Amino acid sequence: MERFRANLMLCAGTGCVASGATKVRAALEKELKKRGLKEEITVVLTGCNGYCAQGPVMSVLPDEIFYQSLTVEEVPKLVEEHFLKGRPYEKLMFKEPEKKLAIPLMKDIPFFKHQVLRVLRNKGLIDPEKIEEYIARDGYQAAAKALTQMTSEEVIKVIKDSGLRGRGGAGFPTGLKWEFASKVQSKVKYMLCNGDEGDPGAFMDRSVMEADPHAVIEGMIIGAKAIEAHNGYIYVRAEYPLAVKRLQMAIEQCYDAGLLGKNILDSGFDFDLEIYQGAGAFVCGEETALMRSIEGKRGMPRPRPPFPAHKGLWDKPSVLNNVETLAQIPLIILNGSGWYRSLGTEKSSGTKVFALTGAVNNIGLIEVPMGTPLRTIIYDIGGGIKKGRKFKAVQMGGPSGGCIPESLLDLPVTYEDIVKTGAIMGSGGMVVMDDNNCMVSIAKFFLEFTADESCGKCVPCRVGTRILLDMLADITEGRGKEDDIETLQDLSRDIITSSLCGLGQTAPNPILTTIRYFMDEYESHISQKWCKAGVCRDLCTFFIDEELCKGCGACLRACPSKAIIGEKKKPHKIIQEVCVYCRTCYETCKFNSIKILPAGAHEPKHMLVETKT
Amino acid sequence: MPRLTIEDLQKIKEKHRATFTLREGGYRAKITVHMGTCGIAAGARDVMTALMDEIANAKVEDVIVATSGCAGLCAREPMATVEIINHPPVKYGDLKADKIREIFKEHIIGGNPVEKYALVVGSETTY
Repeated sequence: MERFRANLMLCAGTGCVASGATKVRAALEKELKKRGLKEEITVVLTGCNGYCAQGPVMSVLPDEIFYQSLTVEEVPKLVEEHFLKGRPYEKLMFKEPEKKLAIPLMKDIPFFKHQVLRVLRNKGLIDPEKIEEYIARDGYQAAAKALTQMTSEEVIKVIKDSGLRGRGGAGFPTGLKWEFASKVQSKVKYMLCNGDEGDPGAFMDRSVMEADPHAVIEGMIIGAKAIEAHNGYIYVRAEYPLAVKRLQMAIEQCYDAGLLGKNILDSGFDFDLEIYQGAGAFVCGEETALMRSIEGKRGMPRPRPPFPAHKGLWDKPSVLNNVETLAQIPLIILNGSGWYRSLGTEKSSGTKVFALTGAVNNIGLIEVPMGTPLRTIIYDIGGGIKKGRKFKAVQMGGPSGGCIPESLLDLPVTYEDIVKTGAIMGSGGMVVMDDNNCMVSIAKFFLEFTADESCGKCVPCRVGTRILLDMLADITEGRGKEDDIETLQDLSRDIITSSLCGLGQTAPNPILTTIRYFMDEYESHISQKWCKAGVCRDLCTFFIDEELCKGCGACLRACPSKAIIGEKKKPHKIIQEVCVYCRTCYETCKFNSIKILPAGAHEPKHMLVETKT
Repeated sequence: MPRLTIEDLQKIKEKHRATFTLREGGYRAKITVHMGTCGIAAGARDVMTALMDEIANAKVEDVIVATSGCAGLCAREPMATVEIINHPPVKYGDLKADKIREIFKEHIIGGNPVEKYALVVGSETTY
């Protein structure tokens, strides 16, 4: 490899490619050539950097200068200023949302500063399509160690001692899972990887597969050694084309290099690995359904026991681990269980990757030690709520999880603490919501998802989720009845206890947690026909508070149905017959003068006291 | 790629050390070539090219090169600052390709500042 004086680590994750990284790369290379810098500076395409909201992003090493929102138009200036003249180009640097001051160094940016990278150790640092770069960062050293210096029992013991728990969501101890499968006698066993990430808003596994595919493969080789499996599959959804491509490339490189196939690294151990592309059904993330899907059958779960450790894929002993779990294995083998436990808590060791999204300023992919308070994640790393709005809830665990209110924000993020709230750790989706969100509608959104994705095999899930969804629809459309809340809770509990698989057993969680923490919203929807967030169109009326309105005309211009009238500098008015309840005026008004009242309200003045601002 | 052995893994790692020293930090010496308008006009590009050439030939892996703007003393451009970790930085002026080659051998490899080209010792630190 040639020597360069600077490496431009351009993010080529799905997010940044969507925002134009490919064109920026071409422009950068063209400009570097034009300026005669081609021999000195190289552009390296990396996996997801994590700071997706500001893509395309690039970090300049060794300078550690971080650039964001790159455009083809800005490239010539950037190259001239920074790379030719050595003056970092302030215009494209990160700016703290509140302060607007340019902060050039990556390690000083709050979004990066609070993170500890283990799973994402190679993000933005290596080119995921080059196996040499992975090897240069200690890649395959752990596999070599496990295959030549350790017995299966030793491998399992280290993983057990590390306290690593399955990162797919349920948090089952990984070492224990391996131990069960290793104790079953069978000539044929399977080592499987679950890359069927399906929670809305979650993209941790995709990023790992895209940014560091070899870490997943190495984890699988070590797992295969532990359970004595010689065949494996990576199950990835076909909607992740870049992840599939990079994994495929990585597998081919491994076969070429003798890191997969017969006699890996001359250790005498054989392991064959291939990719199985799933069609994207949510239920196929459930282990037994995933295995049926690989077998070519319809992806449906079956009752356990027998557990996959005894009868899994093609009824052979199998272990299925999540992408993030596997990516940590090489580190644990190399550094030991004590090192792994140095972060996190007693029962939840290590770090966890989260996809932080929703109403926060810094949307992206983050990795923090277990036990980090939610508040740190949302306010320090996430940079607080967008537009200075008020925090309302954070949704964790996707459709299987729940909503955590502000009163619990100081909760440390561990498996045990999150479960106590009624939510779950889940695979790591973290959707932050501000006061513009109606919690009943949020519950309905997730139920729409689970009712759609229910495979239909068992009645509680197939019929139950549908009934829950219908009831939520009734409540949001003004047909809610007094005893609905109780019925929702009862039915939810029944579905949880009687469903066949994890999908049904967790599907009611969004309802139960929103009722638990936001009971008043359900009550106002049902008894007052009032959606205070103004989301449910049938349960709100928009009024302009004449005393607060400055007559600036912003709402008048923004209203798509021309329902607002008024003269400049005089209070405006909404013509109720024309209003389509789109909330545009509410979000546009800078003076808080738009008030949301119950459906059919006529006299706003006496009710204004009750509205919250 | 031929089949790898465990020794090969280590060899690949060694081979790429320089690249990752650059990306991860942990370098021993940093040479900053001042490339403001004045520096470029005075021939900083030739200095940079010669420096990159020396580094490639010497196969050193713990030296990085950076550029910066005008150092303020435009009359003495092209200039470069050599910083060896835990030693005071040394600024050189009136550079030419052959001078930077000499500085590279004497100062960066040999550890002895080249007094005849040096302007000042112990100025701003940038690492």
